Amino acid sequence: MTGEIGQLALCLALALALVLAISGIGGARLGAAGAQAIASSSAAGMLVFIGLAFGALTYASIVSDFSILNVAQNSHTLKPLIYKISGVWGNHEGSMLLWVLVLALYTAAIAFSRRGGARLTSAALGVMGMLAAAFILFILFTSNPFLRLDPVPFEGAGLNPLLQDFGLAVHPPMLYAGYVGLSASFAYAAAALITQERDWARAARPFMLTAWIALTLGIALGSWWAYYELGWGGFWFWDPVENASLMPWLVATALLHSALATERTGAFRSWSLLLAIAAFSLSLIGTFLVRSGVLSSVHSFANDPERGFFILVLIGGAVGGALALFAWRAPSLDGGASFEPASRETALLLNNVFLAAAAATVFVGTLYPLALDALTGTKISVGPPYFAITFAPIFIALLILVPFGPRLAWRKGDLPAALRTLAPALGIALVAAAVILAFTAPRTLAGCGAFAVAAWLIGASAIEVRERGLGAFQAGALASALAHAGLGVTLIGIAGTTLWRSEALEVLGPGESMNIAGYTLRFDGVKGAHGPNYDAARATVTVLSGGWTIAVMHPEKRVFPAEGQDTVETAIRTTIVSDLYLALGDQREQGRWILRAYVNPLAPLIWLGALVMALGGFAALWNRLRVARPASVAVAAPAE
Amino acid sequence: MIRAVLALFIVLAAQTAQALPAPDALADPAQEARARALQKELRCLVCQGESLDESNASLAVDLRHLIRDRIRAGDSNAQIKDFLVSRYGDFILMNPPFESRTYALWLTPFVVLMLGAGIAIWVVIRARKSPPGDGTLTGAG
Repeated sequence: MTGEIGQLALCLALALALVLAISGIGGARLGAAGAQAIASSSAAGMLVFIGLAFGALTYASIVSDFSILNVAQNSHTLKPLIYKISGVWGNHEGSMLLWVLVLALYTAAIAFSRRGGARLTSAALGVMGMLAAAFILFILFTSNPFLRLDPVPFEGAGLNPLLQDFGLAVHPPMLYAGYVGLSASFAYAAAALITQERDWARAARPFMLTAWIALTLGIALGSWWAYYELGWGGFWFWDPVENASLMPWLVATALLHSALATERTGAFRSWSLLLAIAAFSLSLIGTFLVRSGVLSSVHSFANDPERGFFILVLIGGAVGGALALFAWRAPSLDGGASFEPASRETALLLNNVFLAAAAATVFVGTLYPLALDALTGTKISVGPPYFAITFAPIFIALLILVPFGPRLAWRKGDLPAALRTLAPALGIALVAAAVILAFTAPRTLAGCGAFAVAAWLIGASAIEVRERGLGAFQAGALASALAHAGLGVTLIGIAGTTLWRSEALEVLGPGESMNIAGYTLRFDGVKGAHGPNYDAARATVTVLSGGWTIAVMHPEKRVFPAEGQDTVETAIRTTIVSDLYLALGDQREQGRWILRAYVNPLAPLIWLGALVMALGGFAALWNRLRVARPASVAVAAPAE
Repeated sequence: MIRAVLALFIVLAAQTAQALPAPDALADPAQEARARALQKELRCLVCQGESLDESNASLAVDLRHLIRDRIRAGDSNAQIKDFLVSRYGDFILMNPPFESRTYALWLTPFVVLMLGAGIAIWVVIRARKSPPGDGTLTGAG
């Protein structure tokens, strides 16, 4: 029954999505309150039915209902409960269902918050309805998670052990909250073009912020997972799939800044609209890249050209439609706001120039090899060195300019005054550079520069908060100070691990030791261990420093018999300023194992910085929702 | 990269890995450092996402040996790379070469940045000329 309930719920959700699309757009065009009310209730109904479908699939997975093909292919009775639940989105069909569930959540949030007035809300709901209908059709026709299997197998095939991990249980929903959240600002932008209402940026702001926070955390979670799970201590690989999530993040960051100017002074009105369209388009392109099988990675669960084609049509429709609407309507929306060259508008403009260039770099670097291969059949690689040469300088230049933005007033800022206020931060930056130069080995210019820029960012943020005092929170200055300081923290982490990591690799027998960065690692042998659905070889490594035992660590190798795969479970001892990272390799001869050890200085700061950035986003969101409450009453009053 | 790691785990190849006190590590530390640096610029053709330095595939192991043999024989880095490219194509280079078919790849970041800067200057000049008070400062943020 479960499968039929899910299938039926999904069909009903499709019907409601179509009603939502028609009543939403119609209600906005005609200004009919009745149609607008229908749109709101359809949004609620759509959430209920997609929730029901998602619940049905989750239930089937929890009770191991292998009569459903999707569950049989991706689950196993012995799998722990948390991975039975997370396994729902650990495959293509289920993850698309999660995608539309998140879309329905955002749609309902738009319907209930009614930000920006009745017409704008109604049009935005209509756009969300169209997107939902397209994605539900995609699921029903190419990726149905409720297909039946006959005869019912006795046991399921299990989930890729690499995905049986807490980080990866949380990473996809977080990333989707970001990707799909950009659909809300896309919908508001399209709604602004349809209704020609100017105040869309304010209405869409909480959704932009939510999406940005989720995207930031989702990317950080993915990177953290790669770090501890893949076993060699890397945190970013410029893998196309990672790039697919970085591009929307860069454009969403540009959008957050540009929309701020649009909202406050009316500047960059059409540019902000274009960014809102671009950010969601890149989310869709990311989905296409990951799901179509153009790229192969752990993310592309089952590759099927039909799906790729469908998504391509979907992208074409959404992006093409939005761009056509933009070309038609945007010129009439633009009001030339005036500002001086030294002003916050100029700072935000520069921010956008650099972020757009950074996003374009990632875009070419990711798609160029695919395009070249398709057109000429030549295979080239675009690896980390390419991005180090192109992306890094653009981004560093951006970071150097960041502190000026908050110090310049709207319209007409005072650059000399800003420089005077920021002078202490410049001092801190120079001291940081000198300290790095004096005390680290190997001595690198890159390290010097990275620490100077990081200190500059963090110092400027501290000055910003001190200057504003208790008013910092209300002014939204705390939010930007946190987000900008977070960039500095992440930069320190990246520089630290990239420039000063130590690595050692040896074959050790019981009782033998190896040395790395001041630690002595004594290998005390390997014992067998059992988990709920795996067997493990568990090593015991005693860590000595200056003759004292400071830790006992247990790196593992796990064998998952159901899936026939192995994973490496690293052991990491962190002191925030440094990670000691151990990975157990293969057994060489009786009792002797390969042990890989890394000392990654400052590595935890990479993700801590992302957390600080997200906190900045939360501060902005909180501030926004707190301020918005009385305003939303005022907005609700004027009738058509 | 991730598929590579997967493949690595599945195959569970018990082979020599990176930086292992390999019997053929070059005696001269400067030469060994050159070999390591070169390894990082070359892609493992089996694992694709990883460099020769990181990969545990047997082809990567062979190529690491080959690089050391060539260094011993006195080849320059460029000669070694040319040899590998002639054998495996540009795909083996992590960093794509700058040539006619990759001009667009290498120049796009620069062009976009210049174009953006040009547009920004134009926007700022125009914003200064436009009559003041055209768009009113709205809202409390």
